[in-house]
Amino acid sequence: MPEVKAETVATSPVAVASHLAAARYLADDSLATAIFLAIRLGKPLLLEGAPGVGKTEAAKAIAELLGRDLVRLQCYEGIDAAHALYEWNYQRQLLAIRHAGEQEVDIYDDRFLIARPLLQVLKAPEQRVLLVDEIDRSDHEFEALLLEFLSDFQISIPERGTIRAAAQPIVILTSNRTRELAEALRRRCVYHWIGYPDAGREAEIIMLRAGDVAEATARAVASAVQTIRARPLAKPPGIAEAVEWANAATILEKGGSPWPEAFRRAIGVLIKDEEDLSYIAPELGRIVEEALG
Amino acid sequence: MRPSENLPPAAAPFLGFARLLRRHGFAIAPEQVTGFMQAVTLLGPRSMADIREAALATLAPPPDRRGEFEAHFQSHFYGNASVVIEGEEDEETRIKDDHSARQEENQTTRQEKGGELSSAVEQLSTRDFQRDDDGLAALRRKLSCALPARRSFRTVRTPSRGRLDLRRSLREIVSADGDVPSPLLRRRQTVPRKLLVLIDVSGSMKLHTADYLKLAHACVQGAGRTEIFTFGTRLTRITTALRIRDRSQALARAAAQVDDWDGGTRMGPTLLAFLSVPRFSAFARGAAVVILSDALERGGHEELEIAMRRFSARAFRLSLATPLAGDPRFRPATAALKAILPSLDDLVDGSSMESLTEFILSLARPAPAAATIWKRVS
Repeated sequence: MPEVKAETVATSPVAVASHLAAARYLADDSLATAIFLAIRLGKPLLLEGAPGVGKTEAAKAIAELLGRDLVRLQCYEGIDAAHALYEWNYQRQLLAIRHAGEQEVDIYDDRFLIARPLLQVLKAPEQRVLLVDEIDRSDHEFEALLLEFLSDFQISIPERGTIRAAAQPIVILTSNRTRELAEALRRRCVYHWIGYPDAGREAEIIMLRAGDVAEATARAVASAVQTIRARPLAKPPGIAEAVEWANAATILEKGGSPWPEAFRRAIGVLIKDEEDLSYIAPELGRIVEEALG
Repeated sequence: MRPSENLPPAAAPFLGFARLLRRHGFAIAPEQVTGFMQAVTLLGPRSMADIREAALATLAPPPDRRGEFEAHFQSHFYGNASVVIEGEEDEETRIKDDHSARQEENQTTRQEKGGELSSAVEQLSTRDFQRDDDGLAALRRKLSCALPARRSFRTVRTPSRGRLDLRRSLREIVSADGDVPSPLLRRRQTVPRKLLVLIDVSGSMKLHTADYLKLAHACVQGAGRTEIFTFGTRLTRITTALRIRDRSQALARAAAQVDDWDGGTRMGPTLLAFLSVPRFSAFARGAAVVILSDALERGGHEELEIAMRRFSARAFRLSLATPLAGDPRFRPATAALKAILPSLDDLVDGSSMESLTEFILSLARPAPAAATIWKRVS
């Protein structure tokens, strides 16, 4: 991948949006502005939104537009420094001590150090983008650890000293907002709330992301999904599900099902909850008819 | 000289906007204001839309206060003071999150009238208050050990029965010049599960809500990961109010936050509304959920049934404590109770503080499902 200077790509929000579109991600003005500001101000970007609105995809697209590798750190309850920063390879250290016999051996050498995502990014900030995914799943201890990392971009390893990033790395944090993040973390970041797109933009996203879906199908799917989302479901369908629905219906239609029938039969890829399915089933026919309208 | 005098005059409106937001309870740090002004400079700004985007990205208003933020923006930069500042009014069930910044210091205590309530006072006066207080103190003390536990991903040192802790062992080996002393061990920690208490504050529960709030206060004080909500026709989160240590102060603040005291119940819709907020339904996941309500639902109970089924799918243990069960002749005979009984893990007596305290402290002990117990009784 060609290495790109961040400032040359992010000249304006419009430029960012067009680069993102080239990376097959359609961002609205507000998101493009937030990404532009995060890159230029050198601050982490915090993306919040319901599941399935494309937070992780946005991070992938940003990595692609900068021509950098994406290093992903998936958070979970109980994640700690050994999973996020670094870990020593103890087995190899023990073997090395035994092998060395009477000779001296540096067991804190680079070959015994296992770099975890945060350290990986710190070592090559110009080639990597860090994605801290679903940070709301981690606990407060980890949030505090991250806070330290995000303010100074450095990691202290007691045996080795402090490792500092040569340049400001680009960091993207995502959260489903299942819990409130610490105020200190929020204020260090550029913030953006991703909502569900309107029907027009969702149709464009479906066209861009799905294999070969006719424009009319994409529009019908987008409008039907909008209607379904307005219902009180346990899990409203995300954008990825809408794309898959369009794909699945197209495949079924090619296999010989007529249009409204194809949508109905492919509903399993859109709604993945038994109760929601039985709730929406009586209405589904009408919704699809209207959307095809 | 004040620092703001160093700034060019054009910067004043942006500074003023941040001050305006702070005055209305948005938490905005100085570095966010700096970021805001840098962002505006970076963007040009070519239009008001740019300023708005910059404000949204750097000042980061919480999503549920977006409308309010918008109104302040309009009034500050366009001068339309007439814009009505409103919350999310269009929701079916009003949800009130006790965001700490929004707490205004209006400690309006409830207007208590005579009449019906005076009979309640009489009833209360026959009780032994000292024993209640002792019970609450015991609850507070024992709760964190009495909640059901689960294994965490964090590890703790242990003298026996654990896996090898290579990190500490290696350091020990190095400091002992390559000698291998006895290996050090660690095992996964056990942590108490979350406790989620939902309190019915509708008219039919009037006699018990005061007790329930005291109990909730003791729970919040006793276990760190407790969440308390009240529901009637609306849903209100009062956890933050109850974190205040002093009980009377905490209860007064909680009382001021709840708007639907002694009204009707829409139990099904409010519980569904609770579950539809991802942040709230995450509180229920893997938690011990205790609902304090008589489950007297007006009208149909389909929504209540769906809500309870969803709760039981998420929760570790779902319990309903109803004051009606204090009566020995009580049977789960109403249509609503019959419908939700299969989803419940416990259906217990919630009429006295003593029985409730005892029940909450026994949450970790396994018990047969509610349906089995009540089938045996009837």
